[in-house]
Amino acid sequence: MREKKLVMKIIYHLFVLMFGFVMIYPVLWMISGSFKDNAEILRGTLSLVPEVFKSSNYHTGWKGFGGTSFATFFKNSLFVTTIATFGTVLSSSLVAYSFSRIKFRGRKLWFTFMLATMMLPGQVIMIPQYLIYYRLGLVPGYVPLILPYFCGQAFFIYQMMQFMQGIPRELDEAAKIDGCSKYGIYARIILPLLKPAIVTTIIIQFYWKWDDYMGPLLYLSRPQSYTASIAIKLFADSASVTDYGAMFAMSTLSLIPVFLIFLFFNKYLVEGIGTSGLKG
Amino acid sequence: MGDMKKTKADTLSSFLNNDNVVGHVFAAPFIFGFVCFSFIPICMSLYYAFTDYSLGSKMAVFVGLENFFKLFKDEVFLKSINKTLQYVFIAVPFKLTFALLVAFLLTRKSKMVTFYRSLYYVPSLVGGSVAVALVWKQLFARKGLFNSVLVNMGFEKINWFGSEALAIYPLILMAVWQFGSSMIIFAAGLKEIPTTYYEASEIDGANGFQRFFKITLPCLSPIILYNLIMQTISAFMTFTQAFVITGGGPNNATMLYALNVYNQAFKYNNMGYACAMSWVMLVVMSLITLVIFRTSKFWVFSESEG
Repeated sequence: MREKKLVMKIIYHLFVLMFGFVMIYPVLWMISGSFKDNAEILRGTLSLVPEVFKSSNYHTGWKGFGGTSFATFFKNSLFVTTIATFGTVLSSSLVAYSFSRIKFRGRKLWFTFMLATMMLPGQVIMIPQYLIYYRLGLVPGYVPLILPYFCGQAFFIYQMMQFMQGIPRELDEAAKIDGCSKYGIYARIILPLLKPAIVTTIIIQFYWKWDDYMGPLLYLSRPQSYTASIAIKLFADSASVTDYGAMFAMSTLSLIPVFLIFLFFNKYLVEGIGTSGLKG
Repeated sequence: MGDMKKTKADTLSSFLNNDNVVGHVFAAPFIFGFVCFSFIPICMSLYYAFTDYSLGSKMAVFVGLENFFKLFKDEVFLKSINKTLQYVFIAVPFKLTFALLVAFLLTRKSKMVTFYRSLYYVPSLVGGSVAVALVWKQLFARKGLFNSVLVNMGFEKINWFGSEALAIYPLILMAVWQFGSSMIIFAAGLKEIPTTYYEASEIDGANGFQRFFKITLPCLSPIILYNLIMQTISAFMTFTQAFVITGGGPNNATMLYALNVYNQAFKYNNMGYACAMSWVMLVVMSLITLVIFRTSKFWVFSESEG
């Protein structure tokens, strides 16, 4: 009996590991491709070990396009992503607090609007939004890529509200008796306890924003202002033959910040997602 | 004098601590954002849908329902609806089933589970990026990795992006591959199912399958509903993958809706027409969401009902 259990356990772990390997194979293939010769990539070999190890792809790729190197593109991405992520955390936690803890007039109405925006396809408002920014003279520029994130993001407001339901209201009451105002309760009680939800927000918003392609595609036009996602696509657009090695090299680099954030915070990922409020 | 000052300060502080004021102060970012970035744009979009507006034109001329009539004669539009529905209806169910199975597989008490979960989350983490889209394009190229696997297994090579019927499948597969975020939400839900349910069923002699179908699925059904709706909406909005991998081709066989709207608006500068298109999309999506909600009472169990 015990042996059978052990065998089952080994089979389980082997299966999960192998399946996981298949799942991340495309990513591994890209990383190994960044060290391969163009010809080898185009042959579509399964092997993850380059026949000839070629690190010059990184050098070639880093040069970028038209005198703008990837140092600039990555700097731009980091700039937009960090500010937008910071804005999301700050504004979403403020709004979530008001919806879940404060009984004010109009709360139900605004909450309903928030749920509605969560289900509203972005394409419906994409065009008029563009026209608004265009008329305000903000296109091309970074403002349209950053400003909306300081107004709360419905998905994260909702997630944070779910999480706040799990924070005992007795804590609020106790703080109130000790003379803490509603502002103080947010700053001293809710915000510190919200940490797991904040971390989840940081991870998800960071990689959404880092990977965002449509936003920069619409709002950035000068190569010096391009983010990494736009720049990487340029490899495939160039009139001459695509340099796959260089493209994969820069693609690999572009995934590093996302991985770092993820590795750093990943143990919070499941903890930070509350589902208690989803139950009927 | 000092007393008056104090009262003033008191009134100010009691004003600031009034629930109505506190609530609006904290909700202010959302209220501002909603009005400026959602409400006004929606109204504008509705207005433009009935005009021939294009960027640079001074005046938008009101054309009534002409845009909508034109839409239903537009072959690219009809094809894009068809292909988008195909994409959504295949990708979403597979993705959710997959996410649920993997989440269930990873509920074991083992130190490795956190590691496995991260491993399975990687595709979601990177899948939305242009980088991975370009890799995907290469994987399904004529001489790409998928074809070499097929040849190794003794099949014919497939010209994925050259065939109208097949070109959508690499995109669908890519969507299913990114099952990680649904998986994480399922995993959070699974954690909250009381273990007493399982213990009770074990005493009653239920096997693994019975436990899955009689306990896990019903307990998770509200979360399945949530994931189903969120994933359906996001699948309808898929843009980057179609734009980068196929560009909508061959012969518009992968012209997903969002890509079509983008092309009309920013490539051909038919802003009015594109707004009309996005409204049709909104109606279609609302209908589908409504149908899901309506049917949900037959399969979503709430604990209050027992």
